[in-house]
Amino acid sequence: MQRIGVFVCWCGTNIAGTVDVSKVSEALKNEPGVVYSTDYQYMCSQAGQDLIKNAVKEHNLTGIVVCSCSPRMHENTFRKTASAAGLNPYMVEIANIREQCSWVHKDIEVGTEKAIILGRAAIAKLHLNAPLTAGESPVTKRALVIGGGIAGIQTALDIAEAGFPVDIVEKQPTIGGKMAQLDKTFPTLDCAACILTPKMVEAGSHEKINIYAYSQVEEVNGFVGNFEVKIRKKARFVKEDLCTGCGICTEKCPQKKVPNEFNLGMDNRSAIYIPFAQAVPKIATIDPNACAKLKTGKCGLCERVCTAKAIDYTQQDQIITEKYGAIVVATGFNPISMDKFDEFAYNQSKDVVTSLEYERIMNAAGPTAGKLLRPSDGKHPHKIVFIQCVGSRCENCAEKGKEYCSKICCMYTAKHAMLTRDKYPDTDVTVFYIDVRTPGKAFDEFYRRAVEDYGVNYVKGMVGKVIPDGDKLIVRGSSLLDNKQLTIEADMVVLAAAIEPDKTARSLATMLTASMDTNDFFTEAHPKLRPVESPTAGVFLSGTCQGPKDIPETVSQAGAAAAKVIGLLAKDKLTGNPCVAEPNQLMCNGCSSCERVCPYGAITYEDKEYRMPDRTTQMRRVASVNPAVCQGCGACTVACPSGAMDLKGFTNKQIMAEVDAICK
Amino acid sequence: MEKLENIQKEIIRISGVNPKKCMQCGKCSGTCPAYDQMEYHPHQFVSMLKSGDIEPLLKSESIYACLTCFACVDRCPRGVEPAKIIDAVRVIVQREQGKSRLKADGIEKYLDEEIPGQALVTAMRKYNK
Repeated sequence: MQRIGVFVCWCGTNIAGTVDVSKVSEALKNEPGVVYSTDYQYMCSQAGQDLIKNAVKEHNLTGIVVCSCSPRMHENTFRKTASAAGLNPYMVEIANIREQCSWVHKDIEVGTEKAIILGRAAIAKLHLNAPLTAGESPVTKRALVIGGGIAGIQTALDIAEAGFPVDIVEKQPTIGGKMAQLDKTFPTLDCAACILTPKMVEAGSHEKINIYAYSQVEEVNGFVGNFEVKIRKKARFVKEDLCTGCGICTEKCPQKKVPNEFNLGMDNRSAIYIPFAQAVPKIATIDPNACAKLKTGKCGLCERVCTAKAIDYTQQDQIITEKYGAIVVATGFNPISMDKFDEFAYNQSKDVVTSLEYERIMNAAGPTAGKLLRPSDGKHPHKIVFIQCVGSRCENCAEKGKEYCSKICCMYTAKHAMLTRDKYPDTDVTVFYIDVRTPGKAFDEFYRRAVEDYGVNYVKGMVGKVIPDGDKLIVRGSSLLDNKQLTIEADMVVLAAAIEPDKTARSLATMLTASMDTNDFFTEAHPKLRPVESPTAGVFLSGTCQGPKDIPETVSQAGAAAAKVIGLLAKDKLTGNPCVAEPNQLMCNGCSSCERVCPYGAITYEDKEYRMPDRTTQMRRVASVNPAVCQGCGACTVACPSGAMDLKGFTNKQIMAEVDAICK
Repeated sequence: MEKLENIQKEIIRISGVNPKKCMQCGKCSGTCPAYDQMEYHPHQFVSMLKSGDIEPLLKSESIYACLTCFACVDRCPRGVEPAKIIDAVRVIVQREQGKSRLKADGIEKYLDEEIPGQALVTAMRKYNK
């Protein structure tokens, strides 16, 4: 028989406000096995923990029930307390009488009754608890960073600087990401390339960093400290070790009509290409969908002109398998498609562009060599209208826009407007805004400068329709402050498109068993206290894959994610979770149901010899769990038709005892 | 006062619109083809309904200027549907005795050879109780 102590926490008024704690403590005293029961203002405080420790010694307790907040908050605290008092840390049960009781009830009678029932269930479970010991697993001292934008680069550099090897997997032929496409950066207006390319070069040449560009993660197995990842290195049809990046092949290639992704299709590139001058690694790539040699077998010009003999038309995709201790997701964002916003005529006129396209038009390496020219006729525009919040802050039109604020648009629109007015004072600039949101260091000052010093015309209101009319764009919108409907004849319209997570993020999340929100942003383990960790152990988040962010925030988060990875890789061993699945092999019928549902690949089958009646033996196929891989999710225990699978610490008997106690 | 509060609730009930969802972007008024004919514009209908400032709307000719083209409904990023509010205000006005905008006797003067019969039926539905 267990000797159980019950400790009811007030949590100030959080619990005591809607639960009569002393009544709970009194009621639970009468439960079988309970030899001590008390309540206290803050059980998690030092004094509260001392109270538990003393009670364990004084009353010779074999297990404790703490009626307090969610186990996610303080289960660990009380396990440590129990451990310090000489108990096995798994002889602790938490009854959640805060999140699941006091916070959801208003009536103190109802709250108290439920708290007593929850306490009773925890006591019933504790009667069946057995001491558990956590196993240890080694840590592979290598990190994987998925995505080679500014977030991934910064994380990789910080981890590498701490002395741990890092691999960056980037799906494009070069690292650099969105920041490489930007012209200037707010609010200081430094040139994006000038501050990004040194970091790209550093990552490319760092002895601890290995870049798998033009590659994608195919499969992830394992668990924190011991991931095994398959990476598909796509065929470039160019030998990476031989190519010098001289670019002769790109000049000689006869197929020059391939839309250039780097300039968002506003100009063309050749079939063999290097995305931009500062690409890292600077290696040519053949686009198999455009190359005549690969499609028809006729051409081969690049092979003839390549002095380094780097062209290889027979190259195949390679699968690389590597082990990692930690994985950082840095998959970034994309602007949303403008196809569904017919009212802004994006698909009707070339002169309606997105902000990222405008960024390329303003950039010296862009399609117009940095001159502000209209895409339709190459003329200089004299009237430009910027429309903010296109697709951001949309409600119940999820198929069209996004519900969240994309955060960066107010500032980059102010930047575009200011730079336009600075370089071309003859161009009239109007910005339609709903709200101007500038909560950042020197952000509002920047926006005010655009208005006051550069004469950008900010109109509070939204554009309802853009109508292409000859070489003009008729923009109709409202000016709410003047209570007027405005009609502007513009030469160009720039849409501040909402941003969304990269499309590859969802399939990656499935591979990593990392959780996402409804917008496909990765979820953090705790929005305030664990903002750079995924709830999946060993998976960390960097940059806009977690939510909209500007560059300074992305870099901060990238560094924070690196610090967490370094903290993990610095350990030689990790203590596992002893609450893992365990099959009763005598009951197992070898059906493989558990193996199929296990998301971690922790279950395998083995043939074992069993003694049968009359001195015979029989070979039986039975399930076996690798406790180092099992995460204790319990899916197998539910799937098992013969009830052979059980989860330690959450056995079927324990769960049933809880249910019985609740229904009593 | 109490009566106006009831009317406010009634407009919300008939239209099925929640004016609290509005974020005051003004896209409805930016897109309205009848803007210049209106004393109160679509975004004002939403904001005045929200604040309970109903009386001016009931008296305004604006409720007849709305073409019910639903451009504002289509483009509202928050799904507020201003045209349905305007429609509901119009219905409330017409439900009062003697407030029919169009009476059967008055149709004759609008008749010409071009006008489709359907238009008359629609107009009767819309402007007569």
